[in-house]
Amino acid sequence: MNDNDAKRMLWVSHMVRIRDTQDQAAFKELFEHFAPRVKGFLIKSGADASLAEECAQEVMATCWHKAHMFDPARASVATWIFTIARNRKIDVLRKQRRPEPEDLGWGPEEDPDQADVMALQQDCEQLGRAIEDLPPAQRELIQRAYFGDLSHSEIAEQTGLPLGTIKSRLRLALERLRHAMK
Amino acid sequence: MEHEIKHHLTDDVLMGYAAGTLPEAFNLMVATHVSLCDTCRARAESFDALGGEVMAQTPGNDVAMDTDSFAATMSLIAGGAPDEIRMPRDAGSILPGPLQDYVGGGVDAVKWRSVGMGVKQAILPTSRDASARLLFIPAGAAMPDHGHKGTEMTMVLQGAFQDEDDYFARGDVEIADSDLHHTPVADIHEDCICLAVTDAPLEFQGLLPKIAQRFARI
Repeated sequence: MNDNDAKRMLWVSHMVRIRDTQDQAAFKELFEHFAPRVKGFLIKSGADASLAEECAQEVMATCWHKAHMFDPARASVATWIFTIARNRKIDVLRKQRRPEPEDLGWGPEEDPDQADVMALQQDCEQLGRAIEDLPPAQRELIQRAYFGDLSHSEIAEQTGLPLGTIKSRLRLALERLRHAMK
Repeated sequence: MEHEIKHHLTDDVLMGYAAGTLPEAFNLMVATHVSLCDTCRARAESFDALGGEVMAQTPGNDVAMDTDSFAATMSLIAGGAPDEIRMPRDAGSILPGPLQDYVGGGVDAVKWRSVGMGVKQAILPTSRDASARLLFIPAGAAMPDHGHKGTEMTMVLQGAFQDEDDYFARGDVEIADSDLHHTPVADIHEDCICLAVTDAPLEFQGLLPKIAQRFARI
């Protein structure tokens, strides 16, 4: 496990501390790292600075309130905060409802297998590094797809990002959960 | 699981869902399909992961928060979680949860309008950049031959249909673009109910369907 993987596991343990003991110190560290990135994402998605500030605060508050919903075997902390920010963006900037899929019928496992958690967090780290290693033009393409000023087909295919591993790992996790519920 | 889904959503649609850039009607299609399809659920979540990395890992994407920002967030938290109003969903319905939200109940609550030849439809309330509707096609009946502008996705909820090339059953999504002229025919064994979304009005060939189109918004 390298430093970056360790950092990701640290964010995961911060989420657990927020969930279990309402740990404000852990939340402050999480806030200082992620809130400016949420704000940047919202500004690039078309919000002005004061709206982005307000929404980023709401996103981080939601992160606290919904800490019990975070599943480290299925998402990194960055992924999870991104989905909250994305939903806020649709709500506030695009003024639309966002239809969500049916819940799987159960929350995150109480004590997910640490090996599964670690594997998924490492996949995400690898994905993050792959984005950084892309030629700038390709990286910009992906960013623009997520900031909403480009709808481009098969960007991930073209840039050869390692999404396949994450897809199959998530697929396995879902199978395991479905099996456990039978 | 029931029928094995063979026709899935495309990567660009799933990526658009993760990015939050699709029209509401398309989001409804994705949420409905993903409710039935673990393969596409996993694919969609991997695009969430990509979004997370784009947001969090790419250098220079962060913008300084206001000085009192953390304190303001803590008082938001102290104010308690906002209430979430969720309609009760019926797990036994042929309509997956996200569709029940738009219909206001199960299939009995759908406000069908006849569009002729036994075919019925119900337009669902979404933003106007695209449209979503439920279609009812009697067993064995054909939809009028129609071409497309833009993209149309049709997902089977009950029964099945067949077009020139393929067979589509519950959960399967047919994707049609402007090149495709097709005549889907419902399977003889059961009336077919589908969710169809499009980002452009459909074009019917011939005069009568044109008039019907004006009234029925298909």
